[in-house]
Amino acid sequence: MANSSMSSWRWFHQLGSPKWFYQKSAKWLPWLWAITTMLLAFGLYYSLYASPVDYQQGNSVRIMYIHVPAAALSMVGYLSMAVCAVIGLVWKMKMSFMAMRAIAPIGALFTLITLFTGSLWGLPTWGTWWEWDARMTSELVLLFLYLGFIALHSSFSDRNKADRSAAILAIVGAINVPIIYGSVKWWNTLHQAYSVTKKGAIAPEMQTPLFIMIGAFYLLFAIMVIVRLRLEIINREAKSKWLQAEITL
Amino acid sequence: MKAHRKKKLITILSSLVLLSTAVGLLLYAIGDYADAFYEPSRVVNGDAPLNKTIRVGGLVTTGSVKRAKDSLYVEFDITDNQEVITITFDKSLPDLFREGQGIMAEGKLVDSKTLKATKVLAKHDEKYMPPEIAETLKKSHKDGVKKMEQQGEKQKGSY
Repeated sequence: MANSSMSSWRWFHQLGSPKWFYQKSAKWLPWLWAITTMLLAFGLYYSLYASPVDYQQGNSVRIMYIHVPAAALSMVGYLSMAVCAVIGLVWKMKMSFMAMRAIAPIGALFTLITLFTGSLWGLPTWGTWWEWDARMTSELVLLFLYLGFIALHSSFSDRNKADRSAAILAIVGAINVPIIYGSVKWWNTLHQAYSVTKKGAIAPEMQTPLFIMIGAFYLLFAIMVIVRLRLEIINREAKSKWLQAEITL
Repeated sequence: MKAHRKKKLITILSSLVLLSTAVGLLLYAIGDYADAFYEPSRVVNGDAPLNKTIRVGGLVTTGSVKRAKDSLYVEFDITDNQEVITITFDKSLPDLFREGQGIMAEGKLVDSKTLKATKVLAKHDEKYMPPEIAETLKKSHKDGVKKMEQQGEKQKGSY
């Protein structure tokens, strides 16, 4: 029994090793790039060209295929940052803190894309690019949380203190994610209610390209995190022999 | 799990629970104040202040839109399926403004049932579909209503 529980935890320990991750991810990346490029190209063609216009919004509905995936990742990104923070604090796993730091600017970028495409979409459909409703305000708070995390982390000269302090902010700020998600249900907002998770809200010929784009954005997010995490490893493990051997090779 | 890790995890999780409770209570206290607009029934109930810029939202009642012939002036009713209030507006309406669709209007209440709007925004619903399907749905809905009416008449006749 001890043996089986050990093997089920092996991936956890392997992920905790910067060396293992640095070497393995070099092999994953070309595959990930290939799959992502194909999926993204197909998804963009399908959603921006081959999918139908909306009965009310016409062509501006196509902004949805960028806006919704970016919004999903902006929230998932923050949650994964918070999970990394908990693992880092409890198990003192340095890889977890590195991942947490790698995610932050990418999550901020996806949040910015969400806000920007939302404004672009709001102008022709609602008649305004911004309203202080609960959904938009809480998504803006998410951007500030990401930026606050980055600022807090870089304000310490001691890396351990930086990791731990920023981790607490990541965990506390995670409260905002369910608020963003629930905002359109708890309050009345200019922003429309759930449609991705609601059955029958989106016609199948629009839902398929949307799901493809969501998948492509997940992969894109993963690639960007892996690349940044590798840089973070180079940064922090610069003095270790395995890395010097790896880089001079 | 080692004892000190377990302790740390419990500390983190229990502070998260406490924090969520605090934020939950805070959001509960904020309640309606975080709403983007008043529904017509709350306006009619007198919850919304007179002569102060507020926002109201609801569905445009079918057949209520009256446009002036020589200006942009327009009058229409909105409803939350409970109460109805009238909106007056003298600028151009957004493209998605339609009868039966949601809108949000900003302006001042003239009386408890009329709002003089300075801004009207269209609020689109969470449904997305191609025009052909919308057309088919509309048609089958009409046909269904017709059928029901015919059946109703038949039933009446058989009495």
